Amino acid sequence: MARIVVITSGKGGVGKTTTSAAVATGLALEGHKTAVIDFDVGLRNLDLIMGCERRVVYDFVNVINGDANLRQALIKDKRTDNLFILPASQTRDKDALTEEGVEKVLDELSQEFDYIVCDSPAGIERGAMMAAYFADEAIVVTNPEVSSVRDSDRMLGILSSKTRKAERGEGPLPAKLLLTRYSPERVERGEMLSVDDVTEILSIDMLGVIPESQSVLNASNAGMPVILDEESDAGQAYRDAVARFLGEDRPHRFLTTQKKGLFGRLFRG
Amino acid sequence: MAMKGIFNYFRSPRQGSAKVAKERLQVIVARERSHRSGPDYLPALHRELLEVIRKYVQVGDEAVQMSLENQGDCEILEVNITLSEPERQG
Ligand SMILES: Nc1ncnc2c1ncn2[C@@H]1O[C@H](COP(=O)(O)OP(=O)(O)OP(=O)(O)O)[C@@H](O)[C@H]1O
Ligand SMILES: [Mg+2]
Repeated sequence: MARIVVITSGKGGVGKTTTSAAVATGLALEGHKTAVIDFDVGLRNLDLIMGCERRVVYDFVNVINGDANLRQALIKDKRTDNLFILPASQTRDKDALTEEGVEKVLDELSQEFDYIVCDSPAGIERGAMMAAYFADEAIVVTNPEVSSVRDSDRMLGILSSKTRKAERGEGPLPAKLLLTRYSPERVERGEMLSVDDVTEILSIDMLGVIPESQSVLNASNAGMPVILDEESDAGQAYRDAVARFLGEDRPHRFLTTQKKGLFGRLFRG
Repeated sequence: MAMKGIFNYFRSPRQGSAKVAKERLQVIVARERSHRSGPDYLPALHRELLEVIRKYVQVGDEAVQMSLENQGDCEILEVNITLSEPERQG
């Protein structure tokens, strides 16, 4: 039986797809057979971030509709063993993801995989609800910014009442926060909410803090999950987050700026 | 650039807009949580109150407004019943 993990946020553009690619790759690197599914119907993008866009033949909706089977639609990752991608459909039909269809695909994947990572679309419409509904746990991606934090709280409310687990009376979906695009410089200048601020406002466990980093753009340009860039701060922060997800206790890194002396501060660019 | 550096150095660290952001978020998150995490019986209570009132007065669904608030260790359920003026019956 696979564990189903939804990567969600409410607000758009906060780093869900970046995180889905990184977390799925990280789990596979740790030896877990992992499938990552793009639930963003109509706005397929996970394929680009994973660098497999030219190998897409069939998609999630083709499988749901029975036009292809899973074996035909799953794309085996070229860089990382144990990793498979199920791309989103480009259809404009927002109702293409039926509850029965999604459940059937997840059930079938569950037979074979250890983890299923669901990359949710933004918002709280059908696609986002379907990505979360069957999940066993959630990673809520948040930026240190007012509308993102508020939307995360709304999403936490939805996760605790509108998922299958909640409806079966098995309690709220376990959820952890991943704070991304964090800029210690701006936090220290008092311009950005700090990790502690966000933790206090949302009162939820922090899975990781991913710094704002040029390496994320470089990785997406190259079509390579940033977690594979072992030199980069963001890549290392994602590795830590995956290790924590798997139960390891690791301290958070990249939360402060490199301390400069007075001289350094005076001549900061 | 050096001027900005000196300015930043002497300014206390948490005076920026983040402080305001945090305060506003705490208020709005608390309010939205209390709305959605109200006890399960609230919708049923709302419905039944309407039924009772309608035995005597014709009112719309909006006639009964309820809100639950925490004040200190006290939970306050506020119920507002609005009767439209002309249709009031004896
Ligand atoms: N840690 C980071 N540092 C710098 N840029 C980042 C970081 N994380 C994400 N980004 C950038 O933010 C943008 C949005 O990222 P991404 O596509 O992962 O968000 P999303 O939540 O999936 O968006 P959508 O809601 O549209 O699906 C991208 O341009 C990405 O490169
Ligand atoms: Mg996305």
